[in-house]
Amino acid sequence: MAKQQHYDAIVIGGGHNGLVNAAYLSRAGLKTLVLEQRHILGGATVSEEIYPGFKFSVFSYVVSLMRPEIIRELQLVRHGLTMLPLESTITPLPDGRYIYRGPDSAATFRSISQFSTRDAEAYREYSYAMYHMAKAVKYILGIRPPDPTSFHPRELMALLKLGKHFLSLGEENIYTLAKLMTMSSADFLEEWFETDPLVATLSASGIIGTFLGPRSPGSAYVLLHHYMGEIDGVFRAWGFARGGTGGVAEAIASSARALGAELRTEARVAHVITRNGRAVGVALQNGEEIYAKRIISSLDPKLTFLKLVDQNELPSDLVQRVSKFDSYGSSGKVNLALDGMPELSCLPGYGEHMRGAISISPSVNYIERAYDEAKYGRFAKKPYIDIILPSAIDPGMAPPGKHVMSCFVQYAPYQLAEGDWNSQREAFGDAVVNTLSEYMPNLKNMILHRQVLSPWDIEQTIGMSGGNIFQGELSLSQLFFLRPAPGWAQYRTPIANYYQCGSGTHPGGGITGAPGRLAAIEILKDAGKVLA
Amino acid sequence: MPIPSPLYSRTAALCTTQEWRDWSGYFSAITYGPSHEVEYYAVRNAAGLMDASPLYKYEIRGADAERLLDRMVTRNVAKSRVGQVLYTPWCDEDGKVIDDGTLARLGKNHFRLTAADPSLRWLQDVGYGLDVELRDVSTELAALALQGPNSYPILKSLVSNLKLKTLRYYNLLQTEFNNSALTITRTGYTGDLGYELWIAAEHAATLWDGVMQAGAGYGIMPLGLAALDILRVEAGLLLIEVDYSSTLHARIPEQQSSPYEIGLGWAVDLDKGDFIGKQALQAEHAAGTPRSLVGLEVDWHDLERLFGEANLPPQVAGRASRTAVPVYANGQHVGQATSMVFSPILKKYIALATVRSEYAARGTPLEFEITVEYERKRAGATVSKMPFYNPAQKRALPNG
Repeated sequence: MAKQQHYDAIVIGGGHNGLVNAAYLSRAGLKTLVLEQRHILGGATVSEEIYPGFKFSVFSYVVSLMRPEIIRELQLVRHGLTMLPLESTITPLPDGRYIYRGPDSAATFRSISQFSTRDAEAYREYSYAMYHMAKAVKYILGIRPPDPTSFHPRELMALLKLGKHFLSLGEENIYTLAKLMTMSSADFLEEWFETDPLVATLSASGIIGTFLGPRSPGSAYVLLHHYMGEIDGVFRAWGFARGGTGGVAEAIASSARALGAELRTEARVAHVITRNGRAVGVALQNGEEIYAKRIISSLDPKLTFLKLVDQNELPSDLVQRVSKFDSYGSSGKVNLALDGMPELSCLPGYGEHMRGAISISPSVNYIERAYDEAKYGRFAKKPYIDIILPSAIDPGMAPPGKHVMSCFVQYAPYQLAEGDWNSQREAFGDAVVNTLSEYMPNLKNMILHRQVLSPWDIEQTIGMSGGNIFQGELSLSQLFFLRPAPGWAQYRTPIANYYQCGSGTHPGGGITGAPGRLAAIEILKDAGKVLA
Repeated sequence: MPIPSPLYSRTAALCTTQEWRDWSGYFSAITYGPSHEVEYYAVRNAAGLMDASPLYKYEIRGADAERLLDRMVTRNVAKSRVGQVLYTPWCDEDGKVIDDGTLARLGKNHFRLTAADPSLRWLQDVGYGLDVELRDVSTELAALALQGPNSYPILKSLVSNLKLKTLRYYNLLQTEFNNSALTITRTGYTGDLGYELWIAAEHAATLWDGVMQAGAGYGIMPLGLAALDILRVEAGLLLIEVDYSSTLHARIPEQQSSPYEIGLGWAVDLDKGDFIGKQALQAEHAAGTPRSLVGLEVDWHDLERLFGEANLPPQVAGRASRTAVPVYANGQHVGQATSMVFSPILKKYIALATVRSEYAARGTPLEFEITVEYERKRAGATVSKMPFYNPAQKRALPNG
């Protein structure tokens, strides 16, 4: 029978942030246990053999901003992490033309010049401007959000440092930053470019994972998230993990184990046990109770505050805010096992463009129309699709000569106006494959297996509320000291010894590990330790 | 001006960058496509194929072949088995390294030696009066280096020799490809699983085609020198005339190096019979070596701080740099880093360096010169374990 065990820390959820957090706590000498409900670690950062011989990065499919310090500090390379480059994007157009952007700046220039030489020149300047913007914002990703309403010297110091940082950016950059924070991605980009398909494909970075269209104000900020990885250019924090994104989770898990953490799968936490306003343990769904000095939830804010603990333990305004925390997903995923390498009709053959991203984003109106459908509860019949062929980058993902294709699709709203996802799923899959076939005529005949995932499926499989891939929208109202709620953005909660470390905290979603690490710093601070 | 190697028809078709370097008088591709990183990652994750034909190659046959080689090189050739390959330096009478290469024992009285520099004359001089036949096969024998974790499945589908699976690190296999003799050595310059394929020059292009075809489903890429340079630094492998000078090219005695100084002490067998340089090496071994080759890991926080003062992110060599920089300890000059690169897989700035031996212990804190906006600064660096990257598959028997 379940005997009582005692830990220094229990981390709820074995996604990549939970694992990063557990690894750092173990590294500081805390006896740490991770509890994951599924049979496999990784959460949304997982690779699974859905069809024999074919490995799918089922949910997340690229590594955007994995912090290099985490790779170094947790020795993830020794534990098997390899990041492979993913550095080009091709945007095929219905008229048979295409825009190619890649590591070869002259080739990129020539491709854009086919549409506008002016834009080709502006593209270089744009990249440079965005580099400065990303540099400005990157600083914020590495710090605990200060509380702007507090007079505590620590908070004032942090605010002062932040202010100094912004002033150091220079006048021009501060203006650009203000625009980025307020404009829509399409409007922002149209200040630079006249070629609509170029604006469209660039603006797509501004809508990924959010319930916004390219013309929605606020979407420009999300553009930055894409550039953040690129400023690490040579450091290659951006790319494709060998073995799929599950390769990242496996490496972190291996590191955490080596540092002494205990990782349990198929252990679903029913609720956090509290005594006198303090978290003291967790109760599993099977009735087992495990006690620890501190409990850390890597789950999304809704689960962390509304499901795992009794709402009576929390201030009512926090309950109210978290219940309104926007976490409805807007994107789906279609994973295909293919009998061969499909061909783009605009650029046939198996060139280096097939080792990069393929973006179905032919015009701003195309994406905006797809968004229109989603606003009213329908999936897009002609969606924006971000495609990669993981097996073209890492041949180990599929048998020799065969391929896997990962299609990130927008929009697919969590809440459908008519019917439910069980009845609509395959129709959504058909819409995606039909759209793809317009650009890749030989695709349909190659499909050996198709996996279709809606936000609802994401929620059902890995638990994320609403199926939002970032554990909550990356809208300005839900970022920095507002994430997940004002006053509770520093990884603590109103319940003593109960912490949060998921993507629902600063700096948000994507495979970064940053929330897990920043949370560990705070937890260790409370324990009188420093992150070593 | 360089001339085409036996594989030029294949490498030229693939080398879209037209970026070539002269390697021993032959055109050698630096990168095939716009980014050398793609080739680098192919080797670390899948497979890369390189034209290594410009290496100098010699066949040594005859009743005294073993005697000759044992006189010449520092390792014990008499102890080697047929089918074994030795990596070894060879020295002059002063115990200073002339060159280093691989010595493959093809038969009891039959060896093949690779070298970075022309070496026939030295072989002839050392073998004077011995019963040996020496042949320079540099032009008639081509070499293809197939490197990376997928090199085994690729090679397996190409040569149906059952012994390939059990071929151990630094061993060789003689087989056939398209009815011509093919020697496979499990060797390489990348620190990963890999093979080098030795075949008559006229059959080399066909073999290249076969390997590329077999590798298509395994992510094979042609491998150029820029990627190779990163791979070999990660693997802690030296490059002559970069990390040390051959006695043939040194202008002053200080530029010469003994095997002990360049981390090859393990390859000197002082217990074997007389060999060239033995007395000097014995003396050095007894007295201690003044300089040592080490691996350095440059402190990343220091780089961020020093470049941050100029409002820049760290600017580090994306391609390996061969411009030596001074290394200091407590402000005193104690040596130089000779090869340095940002390791894409380790996410660390690493270097090969030669330092005074009292600073060579692992963990010793040193200072490494960097230039930030034309200004010389010093970043912290630590003597670290070598090789920097040492995957299990390098030595293990392959799966599958």
